[in-house]
Amino acid sequence: MSQSTAIARETLLDAPGLSEAHLTQVMDRLLSRQVDAADIYFQYGRLESWVLEDGIIKEGSHSIEQGAGLRAISGEKTGFAYTDSLELPRLLDAAGAARAIARNGQHGAEAILAPAYPQALYAPVNPLDSLSEAHKLDLMRRADAEARAADPRVQEVIVSLVAAHDIVLVMDNAGNVSGDVRPLVRMSVQVIVEQNGKREQGSSGGGARQALDFFLQEDRAMGYAREAVRQALVNLDAVAAPAGMLPVVLGPGWPGVLLHEAVGHGLEGDFNRKGTSAFSGRIGEQVASPLCTVVDDGTLPNRRGSLTIDDEGTPSANNVLIENGILKGYMQDKMNARLMGVAPTGNGRRESYAHLPMPRMTNTYMLPGPHKSEEIIESIEHGLYAVNFGGGQVDITSGKFVFSANEAYLIENGRVTCPVKGATLIGNGPEVMTRISMVGDDLALDTGVGTCGKEGQSVPVGVGQPTLKIDQLTVGGTAA
Amino acid sequence: MNQSEKIATLKQVVEDLLQEARHQGADAAEAGVSAQTGLSVTVRLGETETIEHTSDNGLGVTVYFGQRKGSANTTDLRPDAVRESVAAACRIARYTSEDPAAGLADPDLMARNVPDLDLYHPWELDADGAAAIARDCEDAARSLDPRISNSEGASLYTQRSSFVYGNSHGFVGGYPSTRHSLSCSVIAQQGEDMQRDYWYDSNRVPADLADPAEIGRQAAERSLARLNGRQLGTRQCPVLFRADVAPSLLRSLFSAIRGHAVYRKSTFLLDQVGTQIFPDWVSISEDPLRPRGQASAPFDNEGVATRYRELVAAGVLQGYLLDSYSARKLGLQSTASAGGVRNARIASTGQPFDQLLSEMDKGVLVTELMGQGTNMVTGDYSRGAAGFWVENGEIQYPIDEITVAGNLEDMFRQLLAVGNDNDIPGSVDTGSWLIESMMVGGD
Repeated sequence: MSQSTAIARETLLDAPGLSEAHLTQVMDRLLSRQVDAADIYFQYGRLESWVLEDGIIKEGSHSIEQGAGLRAISGEKTGFAYTDSLELPRLLDAAGAARAIARNGQHGAEAILAPAYPQALYAPVNPLDSLSEAHKLDLMRRADAEARAADPRVQEVIVSLVAAHDIVLVMDNAGNVSGDVRPLVRMSVQVIVEQNGKREQGSSGGGARQALDFFLQEDRAMGYAREAVRQALVNLDAVAAPAGMLPVVLGPGWPGVLLHEAVGHGLEGDFNRKGTSAFSGRIGEQVASPLCTVVDDGTLPNRRGSLTIDDEGTPSANNVLIENGILKGYMQDKMNARLMGVAPTGNGRRESYAHLPMPRMTNTYMLPGPHKSEEIIESIEHGLYAVNFGGGQVDITSGKFVFSANEAYLIENGRVTCPVKGATLIGNGPEVMTRISMVGDDLALDTGVGTCGKEGQSVPVGVGQPTLKIDQLTVGGTAA
Repeated sequence: MNQSEKIATLKQVVEDLLQEARHQGADAAEAGVSAQTGLSVTVRLGETETIEHTSDNGLGVTVYFGQRKGSANTTDLRPDAVRESVAAACRIARYTSEDPAAGLADPDLMARNVPDLDLYHPWELDADGAAAIARDCEDAARSLDPRISNSEGASLYTQRSSFVYGNSHGFVGGYPSTRHSLSCSVIAQQGEDMQRDYWYDSNRVPADLADPAEIGRQAAERSLARLNGRQLGTRQCPVLFRADVAPSLLRSLFSAIRGHAVYRKSTFLLDQVGTQIFPDWVSISEDPLRPRGQASAPFDNEGVATRYRELVAAGVLQGYLLDSYSARKLGLQSTASAGGVRNARIASTGQPFDQLLSEMDKGVLVTELMGQGTNMVTGDYSRGAAGFWVENGEIQYPIDEITVAGNLEDMFRQLLAVGNDNDIPGSVDTGSWLIESMMVGGD
């Protein structure tokens, strides 16, 4: 048994007084003749957040999220119920409600896999206790001071610090029990600057599956403060962005949100099993330029998007989605993997015990290519260089996706010139991927701030990429 | 447990908690607690796909030690979790700073009586019954046209909630409510082109929910209408935001006049109260006390009595959306806006949708917006969009992969008309918005 599983058992079974016999009783209730698979997901979650604003520690909040989700699957049918109490009668009630789905189901059998105890990708720490309150607040005050000292035009600074401690335990119908202890911390700095009556904003931040001293290392917290100010000041000077089709260069790191939207969601197993994705049925086909190799890798130590095991107990993996432009595989949870006749890929994720798992991304990024970022810029006569983005969105059926640049520059005659205002970029995923004509050698991952939403469920994710050139992409500016 | 017993139980949780906070030394405290149960059934390709029994509890508590505050929330309402939460909030308040604006809302503003807004209409529906309705809805969508090739299913969701809020002024109020919704999403295919769209309805009263077959038919028609979309050349032209996407423009207005954005000076509508921000025919109101309203509430999230209010009259901004905190920061009084705008409405200029198309003559009809792309500090607006090209006042062909861009300040001033086609689901009452000119990005 792994250390994480031992901690999870102690917190989620021993503490509320649940024995092996109790668990068997609940699982028996959940299973009926027609049920192909079933699982029970126990969660203990604590989260603490602090907000500094106007130079004072304005708010602090503590959250408890705990309970158990019970699921019974029969073919393509899922029954689901959950409870915020880990008491046996409530678990039995939930099991009874969840199994009702299977009444008319078909009979099948769940492949019994040996329980896997992969090497933990992060230490089983409780980040809420990883710094004293005095040190947490001092860190935020210093970030505030750093931002204000960076430039006299800084008017407002908001600093937030969040630490989350999640302990989960999954039991499947074969009796496998695996646990995970998941720390997650995040810090962000947001500033408003003003010059001659004109205001702009900038923000920056980072995070990891680590203790809070992550922000003390490598001057990270102060770096976020300076970066937020830099972005805001750049935007003060921004002119109207161009409108229409242009060559676009995306900087390394966070602009990888392109991959998350343009291909990532479309390669999730549920959409492909149902045949509703623009990528459905296209395994083995060329779906991107040969320069593109895209992976979803949940195994990067300490990363925000990483998981030692997914929310179904499957160890996460480094899954190749696209290799040299050829579509290699989809991201799967257990149910969709079984229905598609493939192996689960460690992408079964859920927001909490009160949500059903589904195929989700972890850390999605593109591997580096042969080009220098300078030569990519130099190759463009008139285009856009976008280095920072807000969120994005995709319609996986038509393949249309958007993502919004909030720091971008014009490229004129092979040189980066003036900053332009934020603008939305829109394209068709499979088309845009074939228009990637240059890939830099400067792969970078984001700083650990990404959150992905799907069907109302939010999960932490990572993205990354090297500098990329897209020959043509529609830019939503206001300048003709 | 019936609903009045449930409310009484939750009131007891709140009262115990307020007492616990006092014991732990808090000078003031407030708490909101909600309990929801529901059933969600999805049918896909005629078969029941998921049955979810939902049961969501939430409790949020804030304590004040002088002007220092601490908060906590929990999904677990059992006494030990509630005690842990109160203790955590009190511990946090030892570390937060003195903040002159912190505190409960003014006691004089508390709702003195809690009017019954007729929000509770439970639906005695089991999983089979729910599946049958969802199946009718999906069947209507799938049988409309052979080009409807696939489906993401139809879902029926019915939910009962109880909400109680109380604070140490002695105010404790609560009310039950229900919400029922039915949605359908299908895929239309022609050759290689695959398009998905959806439709839905939502209501407090089961009997007032739109006919399932009608929802399915609309979902299918919307998907079919998107087939064979083209790109459009980049141009400056009028834009008509169809009624079902127009609420997002009103929501941008509301974000811009939120008290928190105002005191942080992070809005393009800073210091604009009393200023003309729309043409003089525009009036925008909120009506939180509307019986059976989708966003109705007798008091806001701080116990402040809600009331009908004009937000924009004759095009002039009348006030901000203030909770007690932002009100104190700005030297104003709460507008019962903790928790947001409730049942917003913009008055129509009276034209039916077709007449708006004629008035636009040549331009873009937007039927979908994608992405964020709104900078609330500057008002700069740039969104992904899909819709239709309109010429000679008639829809010509679907367009997609375009952007629409401008600045919200200009867009509000250039609002030419609001249609009377306000029969859209949701809590925002608006028809389609015709805007004089925006930059449309295409190929």
